Amino acid sequence: MMKSQMLLLRFGEFTVKGKNRNRFDKTVIDHVKSLLKPYPRAKILKEYGRLYIDLNGEPADELIAILKNVFGIVSISPVIQTAPELQNIIDCALEFMSEKNIKDGTTFKVNARRVWKEFPHSSQEMNHLLGSPILRNFPGLKVDVRKPDIELRVEIRQHAAYIFCEVIQAVGGFPRGTNGKAMLLLSGGIDSPVAGWSSMRRGLEIECVHFFSFPYTSQRAKDKVIDLARVLAGYAGEIKIHLVPFTEVQTSFTQVGQDNLIITLMRRAMLRIATQLAEREGALALVTGDSLGQVASQTLPSMNVIGRATDLPLLRPLVMMDKEEIIRLAQQIGTYELSILPYEDCCTLFVPKSPTTNPNLRIVEKVEASIHELNNMIAEAVAKTETMVLRAGEAVSLSGDQVINEEWF
Amino acid sequence: MIYFDYAATTPPYDDVINTVAEVMKRHYGNPSSIHQLGEDADKLLRRAREVCASALQIKPSEVVFTSGATESNNFAIKGAAFQYRSRGNHIITTEIEHASVYESFLQLKELGYDVTFLPVDRDGNVSPAQVGAAIQDNTILVSVMHVNNEVGTIQPIREIGQIIKQKHPRVLFHVDGVQGFGKIPVRIKDWGIDLYSLSAHKIRGPKGVGILYVHEGVKLFPLLSGGGQERGLRSGTENIANIVGMSKALRIAHEKQSENYNKWTEFRDLIVDAIEKIPQLQLNSTKKGTPNIIHFSYPGMKSEVLLHTLEQEGVAVSTRSACSSKHTEPSRVLLAMGRDLAAASSGIRISLGDDHTLQNVEVLIKALNAAVEKLRPLERGK
Repeated sequence: MMKSQMLLLRFGEFTVKGKNRNRFDKTVIDHVKSLLKPYPRAKILKEYGRLYIDLNGEPADELIAILKNVFGIVSISPVIQTAPELQNIIDCALEFMSEKNIKDGTTFKVNARRVWKEFPHSSQEMNHLLGSPILRNFPGLKVDVRKPDIELRVEIRQHAAYIFCEVIQAVGGFPRGTNGKAMLLLSGGIDSPVAGWSSMRRGLEIECVHFFSFPYTSQRAKDKVIDLARVLAGYAGEIKIHLVPFTEVQTSFTQVGQDNLIITLMRRAMLRIATQLAEREGALALVTGDSLGQVASQTLPSMNVIGRATDLPLLRPLVMMDKEEIIRLAQQIGTYELSILPYEDCCTLFVPKSPTTNPNLRIVEKVEASIHELNNMIAEAVAKTETMVLRAGEAVSLSGDQVINEEWF
Repeated sequence: MIYFDYAATTPPYDDVINTVAEVMKRHYGNPSSIHQLGEDADKLLRRAREVCASALQIKPSEVVFTSGATESNNFAIKGAAFQYRSRGNHIITTEIEHASVYESFLQLKELGYDVTFLPVDRDGNVSPAQVGAAIQDNTILVSVMHVNNEVGTIQPIREIGQIIKQKHPRVLFHVDGVQGFGKIPVRIKDWGIDLYSLSAHKIRGPKGVGILYVHEGVKLFPLLSGGGQERGLRSGTENIANIVGMSKALRIAHEKQSENYNKWTEFRDLIVDAIEKIPQLQLNSTKKGTPNIIHFSYPGMKSEVLLHTLEQEGVAVSTRSACSSKHTEPSRVLLAMGRDLAAASSGIRISLGDDHTLQNVEVLIKALNAAVEKLRPLERGK
């Protein structure tokens, strides 16, 4: 067997989950496969609890950057694979070490693991059998078994031995879509895209629901949200976005003379519409970007009154996070720059001077009952909702026209 | 006439010209307007920003569109000097910078800033150690060009960036990248660069448009105030057509960089060999410099005379940088490189483009020989 450059992808917590294992494994493999399409020489090899990517000359750095985002993978290591024979392993280890930046006084240790028990040398023996030729070849090296600069790991399995030292953290979580489907209420803000990504990481399939209030909100605001969903599609492979015309419902709340309740009423209507869309699409929960206490509609009394508008579980991945943490995540997943573009969306329309932080459920219900056509308007909004499917890496033709002529760029 | 003055400016690609014309005609909207025409223009602007950012391997939000490299350089230097006045008033540059950098530093000196002009060696190199030694507690900015526009010297930008950031991570590092981008590799993000200037017309894009890269978190005092375009850094209605045209040129320059580099190296070596065989000529550029620029002096012969003679032989070259070639003084850059007055007043620059052929180069070599042959009897005391 020749030696080859590979990436080792380790699976996360789902490896322990009994009967679902196969389905989970398959989902990760499909996900990885779809991302490897632009790298045709890379080959996937399966093993229990992990995957190997045989690079065949494809660039390791680029692939690591991409595969780090695959849900369900906890870490990645660039490895060298060779035949499980002592001399082979020693040669490879020496070559591997020669690529490291070894200075005088660099410390290292060997951490060998014999998984295949027929191999004639035990793990302990292997540590010495590898350590001494390395020390001979690299006189600058010193052994440090506690906190080495380089920990050379060697795994000896039946069909191959693997040599590596780096363990790169990956995103972890559950394989995409393995924990069911939910509707994400997506605005143009910073929080909801992060809530979407967090849910996706726990294996939820997400469909986005966005409310727009033309002419109070612009095409630009809508395009911005589509762009945000497109970023999420980069993680999910593909994502659906439902665009709900919300003008009529929203303006009806401005007529009732209870300005401080507008936000509460609007949020409840959004949940109702999202619930109906969830039923239609077979989703079992709603996801929002609520973070406790952030704004008037996210105080505990507000969450209580607003949340009662739906029977579905209301998932709030960010509820106990500080804004700073949310921003950091948004930057990490690439939605922050889009989110801070200044176009107004419907959540910031008609905001009263002093929105209530402590709405009264009975009053809210009474106001809703007084709006004659509310249920019809909600049903109509659902009926007039437009749905788009966004696929990773595909340019969306925004607002259906041909503004961007790619030949110009 | 074969054009060998690509370092002065370049003929725009036909595709760029067509793009600029089409965009100008169809998308005349102001990207700040909120009607459809404005929105469309804004989309083009955003796409152009993405394309430019990807060619430069930076974030779209770090791109500021300007009217060209002179503005980018002025903005980077004065904007940083004004913004960070409270940190200190010491600024550093070199003696071989382009006039738009050099003169900006002279202006700031007049305003009371403490300015250090670093010397260069005979080949025009700035030493990173010298940059490090010049940094003081009150230093706020270091500006070093990547590739010199007259002789093509490549400065050790990576090492300089490293030394600056080791000395003090808050000292800003500006790089005039006008003659480097598309010619030699550049890694803005890996080299500790905070500000990087570019011009479109040096890479076969339109004139009157350029970029300033502003590293995330770096603030600049705006020189143009007004409607708050470009995140408030550079007011003025965006030149959409030229910006789109530039993004195309930038992408092509980035994609073809290494291919062009190899071609230029081959041509440069031929031209340099020919110059070395003509005893009257003294090379000023070296083979360590950028391969698209060859520079030599003909001591005893004013550069204009040789330039016009070469023109009669069918090739257009340059005396010094185009921006200062109308002055008849000796070259500041060559004097800084330790050349005497005779050599510094007789410099000729040949600069190559991506569409030159081996045949073009042969014509050039023949013209050089013929011109020197013609001028030999007219040499003045050296």
